[in-house]
Amino acid sequence: MKTITFNEICDAVCELTEACSRITPSCGAAMKAAYEKESNPNAKFALEMLAKNAEVASRNRLPVCQDTGMAVVFVKLGQDVRIEGGLLDDAINEGIRLGYSKNGYRASVLDPIKRVNTRDNTPAVIHVSLAVGDKLQISFLPKGFGSENMSALYMLTPSAGIEGVKKSVIDAVRAAGSNPCPPVVIGVGIGGTAEKAMLTAKEQLLREVGKPSDDETLAGLEKELLDGINALGIGAQGFGGYTTALAVHIGKYPTHISALPVAVNVQCNAVRMSSVTL
Amino acid sequence: MEWKRITAPFNREEVSGLRAGDRVLLNGYVYTARDAGHKRMYDALLSGGELPIDLQGQGIYYVGACFKDGKPISAGPTTAMRMDKYAPTLYDNGVVASIGKGDRCREVYEAVKRNGGIYLVAIGGAGALCADCIKSSSPVAYPELGTEAMYKFEIEDFPLIVAIDKNGDSIFS
Repeated sequence: MKTITFNEICDAVCELTEACSRITPSCGAAMKAAYEKESNPNAKFALEMLAKNAEVASRNRLPVCQDTGMAVVFVKLGQDVRIEGGLLDDAINEGIRLGYSKNGYRASVLDPIKRVNTRDNTPAVIHVSLAVGDKLQISFLPKGFGSENMSALYMLTPSAGIEGVKKSVIDAVRAAGSNPCPPVVIGVGIGGTAEKAMLTAKEQLLREVGKPSDDETLAGLEKELLDGINALGIGAQGFGGYTTALAVHIGKYPTHISALPVAVNVQCNAVRMSSVTL
Repeated sequence: MEWKRITAPFNREEVSGLRAGDRVLLNGYVYTARDAGHKRMYDALLSGGELPIDLQGQGIYYVGACFKDGKPISAGPTTAMRMDKYAPTLYDNGVVASIGKGDRCREVYEAVKRNGGIYLVAIGGAGALCADCIKSSSPVAYPELGTEAMYKFEIEDFPLIVAIDKNGDSIFS
């Protein structure tokens, strides 16, 4: 049994929030490849600006995008960990509160009905799963809502088959158009229940951009869908061109005999993510 | 590609010479508003209430910036589509330009044409670069909205692309 304190978790999460000031290396590499390939002048200009922006943000520790997101936090909690000094969720939220205010990251969270801002970007959206061992792994994914708003859930039924799955993903990206700040990364969750499908889709965004699924069938589907999406011609910022998506990441989970849920979670061009293991 | 320097508040004559795809460097000042600020102005216009600013000739920048020590440190455009419900009314009441990212609905195209206005786009995701073009900022209205409060931004050589021109032509494919 290992003891981890409330303050240790809070400090770790506070530090993780600094991911808002840099895009991940795999995102940077994918954006660079898109720039090199692009021939549409406006799309190329946008990709050039975004590369320059990422460099300036990282060098001066400034938010890459003013939408520093709603904090999505994935926790893998070892069953041999004991947390001392308070609740796990409270420690995470305290870390978010401190990190966002210290760094001047935007407070974007409010009551959905009253529309009154909480002023400190809490609460985070926290997903906890249990694991073997005595480690606590925390991943921070600040999720902007230009892209999150473009997410979609399709409760297909079995007769739709794999063709129905492909059509759903393409339809979602086409409908999103220029809104989610393309080039995007598309997380897809197939199977489970309605909420499990969407959670699976979101988990795929934690993957390195462009890293194929370990499952051969899914990896093939990822490639096929990426080609299909990039044939839409939406392009960077909706200006046209070759790269509408940098990658498609697909996950699956067993589902009910009556169902074929497909969830599409959209990530903008600024993939920001950080992880720590305590 | 050539850059044209233009000034805000806007002169409709100058704006009428711009075409979709033109690149402009905007100087002068603009007012910021997002979803909540737009709803306030829209409701005021419909009910005959008071507006916080004179809309004539103005540019509205769709942004909710990150501030540190009172200065905007990241201030890129937000998705313009969410303002589509309000934008035609604002154009009809004096606004000449809106600045955002992404395509607009048919009603906004019509409002731009009807009023000889313009829709400009900044690069979504380039928050740090955009903030670099803001020389000063001052709060104007709706402080209770926090992040969504209205500011006046003094800007210098803010790089933008003309997305919808007065003929209703657009950059979006």
